[in-house]
Amino acid sequence: MTKCINIDGVNVPFEEGQTIMQAAENAGVYIPHLCHHAGYAPHGSCKLCSVRVNGRVCTACTFPAAEGQSVINNSRELQADRRRLTQMLFVEGNHNCPSCEKSGDCRLQAVAYYLRMEDDHFPLFYPPRPLDSSHPDILIEHNRCIVCSLCVRASRDIDGKNVFAVSGRGAHKHLIVNSPSGRLGDSDISTDDAAAHICPTGAILIKGQAFHRPIGQRLYDLERIDGSPHAGEASHEA
Amino acid sequence: MQDFITKTVAAAEGQPQRLLEMLRAVQQAYGYVPPDAVEFLSAQLGLPRGEISAVVEFYGFLSSSPQGVYRIVFSDSITDRMLGNQALFRLLADLLQVQPGVVSSDGLVSLDFTSCTGLCEQGPAALVNGWPLPALTEDKIARIAGLVKQRIPLLDWPGYLFEVNDYIRQPGLLLQNPIAPGQALQAWRERGAAAVLEELEVSGLRGRGGAGFKTALKWRLCAEEAGPERVVVCNADEGEPGTFKDRVLLRLYADQVFEGMTLCAAIIGARQGFLYLRGEYLFLLEPLRQILRSRRELGLLGENISGFGFDFDIEIRLGAGAYICGEESALIESLEGKPGVPRNRPPYPVARGYLQRPTVVNNVETFLAAAAIGVYGGAWFAAAGAGRSSGTKILSISGDCARPGIYEYAFGVEMAEILRDCGTEDVLCVQVGGPSGTLIDSSELQRKLSYEDLASGGSLMVFNRGRDVLGIVQNFTHFFAHESCGFCTPCRVGSRLLQNQLDKIINGHGSAGDVAELTGIAHLLKNYSHCGLGQTAANPVLHALQRFPELYESRLKKISYEPGFDLDAALEVARRMARRDDPAAHLAQTEEEAHD
Repeated sequence: MTKCINIDGVNVPFEEGQTIMQAAENAGVYIPHLCHHAGYAPHGSCKLCSVRVNGRVCTACTFPAAEGQSVINNSRELQADRRRLTQMLFVEGNHNCPSCEKSGDCRLQAVAYYLRMEDDHFPLFYPPRPLDSSHPDILIEHNRCIVCSLCVRASRDIDGKNVFAVSGRGAHKHLIVNSPSGRLGDSDISTDDAAAHICPTGAILIKGQAFHRPIGQRLYDLERIDGSPHAGEASHEA
Repeated sequence: MQDFITKTVAAAEGQPQRLLEMLRAVQQAYGYVPPDAVEFLSAQLGLPRGEISAVVEFYGFLSSSPQGVYRIVFSDSITDRMLGNQALFRLLADLLQVQPGVVSSDGLVSLDFTSCTGLCEQGPAALVNGWPLPALTEDKIARIAGLVKQRIPLLDWPGYLFEVNDYIRQPGLLLQNPIAPGQALQAWRERGAAAVLEELEVSGLRGRGGAGFKTALKWRLCAEEAGPERVVVCNADEGEPGTFKDRVLLRLYADQVFEGMTLCAAIIGARQGFLYLRGEYLFLLEPLRQILRSRRELGLLGENISGFGFDFDIEIRLGAGAYICGEESALIESLEGKPGVPRNRPPYPVARGYLQRPTVVNNVETFLAAAAIGVYGGAWFAAAGAGRSSGTKILSISGDCARPGIYEYAFGVEMAEILRDCGTEDVLCVQVGGPSGTLIDSSELQRKLSYEDLASGGSLMVFNRGRDVLGIVQNFTHFFAHESCGFCTPCRVGSRLLQNQLDKIINGHGSAGDVAELTGIAHLLKNYSHCGLGQTAANPVLHALQRFPELYESRLKKISYEPGFDLDAALEVARRMARRDDPAAHLAQTEEEAHD
């Protein structure tokens, strides 16, 4: 007999060793997330996938699925709090969607739309953050980094290169490049690397391709991040 | 430098887990960790340089830019502040002509603040190149300034400057009944592991670091894990502001603490043990190593302990200035030579801890108690205490009291009794369990010290009427924002939002909506943070809000909204550029003001 967990009243099968997120993804149940990516080691840092498991808050991307779990994913309270967490990610960096090359393909932006985020809510930090354009083909726009560490894991676990690391503490947490100068141009990253493509925001970009696909025809222009169609003006409702 | 790195790596047996120790050595020798050192370490240890830099930039006592020959950091715990550390800091800055946080132009000295150094009962305190300077006075500051200016080597500074005292004011069950070296192991040998574990169960002993997990259960769970290698770790990273009891225990009862660790090893079948000592307690390192050596000579550590046929040894690893490393999984990361970022759980350390091996992590006091229970029995310990809080608790008491120091109480004691014993009058409020614990006011002094009511890892700070509660809350809130590891969104961003929001109110720029916003941020921190640091970071704000709401209200402006910055001042640059200063080039701060 297949083992199941229950997410928002629906039975979702899982295999031993899977996380709640893996079980949900296999069943086509969307749980908002940014630092999680299928096939990558779980990280559990963005906290957007926080769900209530038998009443307790856990991150779906790290918590093991177990028989009899009752998981609340899509509640008013969770969606409202996830919206606040997303707003935190926006105010700690410098995100300007209308002028960003990634707009429409950006998972941060798409999650924000999904969660109906309509303002920043919190005061902006305006941190001074540099741009690293030293590499001929790949750009790091630190202003948009949300320190999810997907590029760190991609480079280490998939590319076998360790091009990136996350350094600093607290508010000073930031992405660093593992090269003698600390610049991307002196690292051995290449455009074929998973690390060059995994960024959920516009922080790591392939140069010269920004507007190959026009705005309006991009991934999340066509459908919402949970796979559902855009519902007209629904996203403007409270 | 390459030679120095080679020697440093050799001294650490080339183990990447001992990276922190190597970086501490580099920092001490060069005053910082130069980029070349990172390159050499990377090459010799086979670690990516990014991972090494990440460690350097994580720990407060390591730096990637040069520091002064004399690096002086003042403890900025609230108790240090109450004893006047700010004025002494300014005095030293004036005498040495240095700016806070900036290295003097001759490279001689750098001066800054650091989190609580664990000398709260003998503050104000500072550290010079890692060595403690307790009970600072204006005279001592003048002396220190002179020594620095004359470039006198630290070794030749007068000893009285470094004299740390141990004030045991009220010993109880544990402190009055120390065991002799080897006594607990003898009991284990005579009665067997199962019987000792049973005594531990009967004793009801729970983790003394604050979390209160049952010790017998933790040891049993670890013993039941499969795998050939198990590890015992003693958490001596007492960083909770106001806590210093482990410092005193490691000064006067270290042998018994090591015996407790060895007893644990005998029961769970571990060969490897660590004492993780906070970097602020560098001065305890050599004395502790001496005790380990003497235990080896007595056959109480090493191979075939006491002829009982089991091998176990203890290594001391130093931290480097990071409060978060008191969290057990962050501590394990730090033991492995990494930034102290708490792990995802499950798996728990008892299943996968140090190097993925089943690991018991317990507080200094827990091991001390376990050794005594091994000798005197579980009933002896459980006779003290009440309810699910059995035995005694050792407290570090500081703040506004006549006799600050170490007190041991049976659980269940009322706050009022503790305050009588340590000599307080006119108490306004008490912070039990440090900033992450509970703030109570003078109407709650019948409340009891226990896991069920007021839990404490050991910190108890007393504040008199006349103290500024919001100032205390501000100190605690800044502390958490400074110590957040930055791993998860709610704590990395939320702790700073909370700090900024509180500052806005305290600085007189807040309105009613700003107080509501405080509780909103607090809710996110508490419910969604990755570990205890974030989950408790808003406690000071919330507890003070419950007990002293009028203090917040008194700082609020009677308007619906006020920006957190000075609108008119922000226009100054634009005015200069436009060469205007007419009335239309100025803005009122609020609409209400504009209509006045």
